Amino acid sequence: MEKLIYLDNAATTKTSPEVVSAMLPFFTEHYGNPSSVYGFAAANKEVITRQREIIADVLGAKSNEIYFTAGGTEADNWALIATAEAYAAKGKHIITSKIEHHAILHTCEYLEKRGYEVTYLDVDENGLIDPAAVEAAIRPDTILITIMYANNEIGTIEPIAEIGRIAREHSVLFHTDAVQAFAHVPINVDECCIDMLSASGHKLNGPKGIGFLYIRKGVKIRSFIHGGAQERKRRAGTENVPGIAGLGKAVELAAASMKERMDYETKLRDHMIGRIENEIPHCRLNGDRTKRLPNNLNFSFRFIEGESMLIKLDLKGICASSGSACTSGSLDPSHVLLAIGLPHEIAHGSLRISLSEETTMEEADYVVDTLKEIVKEIRDISPLYEDFVKKEAKSSKR
Amino acid sequence: MYTEKVMDHFQHPRNVGEIENASGVGTVGNAKCGDIMRIYLDIDEDQIIRDVKFKTFGCGAAVATSSMATELVKGKNIREAMQVTNKAVMEALDGLPPVKVHCSLLAEEAIHAALWDYAEKNGIEIEGLEKPKSDIHEDEEEEEEEY
Repeated sequence: MEKLIYLDNAATTKTSPEVVSAMLPFFTEHYGNPSSVYGFAAANKEVITRQREIIADVLGAKSNEIYFTAGGTEADNWALIATAEAYAAKGKHIITSKIEHHAILHTCEYLEKRGYEVTYLDVDENGLIDPAAVEAAIRPDTILITIMYANNEIGTIEPIAEIGRIAREHSVLFHTDAVQAFAHVPINVDECCIDMLSASGHKLNGPKGIGFLYIRKGVKIRSFIHGGAQERKRRAGTENVPGIAGLGKAVELAAASMKERMDYETKLRDHMIGRIENEIPHCRLNGDRTKRLPNNLNFSFRFIEGESMLIKLDLKGICASSGSACTSGSLDPSHVLLAIGLPHEIAHGSLRISLSEETTMEEADYVVDTLKEIVKEIRDISPLYEDFVKKEAKSSKR
Repeated sequence: MYTEKVMDHFQHPRNVGEIENASGVGTVGNAKCGDIMRIYLDIDEDQIIRDVKFKTFGCGAAVATSSMATELVKGKNIREAMQVTNKAVMEALDGLPPVKVHCSLLAEEAIHAALWDYAEKNGIEIEGLEKPKSDIHEDEEEEEEEY
């Protein structure tokens, strides 16, 4: 098969052509700085306002609660660090989970070095956080709970509404990193009592380098990037007008197609899960079976290592990702897979497939067929598999 | 990321398999870190490596380095095989990314571990050969889960 089959949409997505068209005029035609007085540039201010409204509508928020950032990571950093600073007088305790994205975890470590205390909650074998554990971790000095909406590796969707309610009852601010979930599943900030929410453009067929932080009115966090008076003095820097125009268009398109897309991707996902579980022995589905992003599959295959699987898939034109150490750049496999209790050697053999609405059933079947062959090939040269087969033979003789 | 030679040895690994009643078998590495190599040597009475086979659990570089290491020791006598260092393996593969250098070390260790096993079985000493550091069988009992 010559065609590229891109199944790494949790890493990034294709910028949709409509999004690119929406962005282009702001490079060569309407390139003015929105802060300028003359009409030529000031019109861009309207454009930004319009995109803010589109995004706010999807979240059930008000448009002046949306602040554009350079992406999800900045939004996460801002939410955590600015909250820590603004509420330090109340306390220095933050609650999060062990399976957050590094944009959260490394920011928490940064804060720990500066005198804050962080509780990292455990998750169950499917990656779910127990709301009761969140409640039990709340102390008088807790200033923030930050729990991701859905996990980027295993796709598990957390009980955000319940956690939000608990946070509200205890008057603790609640932030959620919704980078993987926003515009993929319905989110309402009021129903979930969310005070802050991070999202990113390039995970929903928008451009890279643009995202936003939703900050509920009344949350007293200050600016994180200092400079001009943009974004109601909360986020300095000349607005990324093409990026904002692209993000707005991407959100508009994603929101309009969400229901259909969810149904389609869920069908495709469950078809692939079913086939892999039936046709490839010694595998394990990671993440919750139903409380799961529609486009996410994550499997561990015993006796094999992830990177070799990825290279072999790549040679067949298939792009996917893995939580193995070799792909993480460290000696340890993914912290998420370890947190759900996988032994290291099984975490090394993980594969994440993230679908898009463009993925076809034929492609899905081709990927499973190819994966079957690849897993067998790699197992055939694996000493762990050799030991396993010999052990099995011995015990059946007994 | 990988050189053409690494990709070639990854896609078409040489000398994959097992040798029954091998003269020496060495298994090194650790499943926790994601690399395990096992090397089988068939050594004749003149101490020449007549045949060599390997099995590897690991990344592309781990497979390629073990494949190349088997190529480099095949047909050599055991003293010559001792000269097959991780550097020699890397050079033969036209280099490895810095994060993968440990794979070539593991390949060298696997050869040494198999030679050690051979030396022990035959009650001989091989100059410069030290007892292998890591062996998978030490923590084998841990991993009993079924999927």
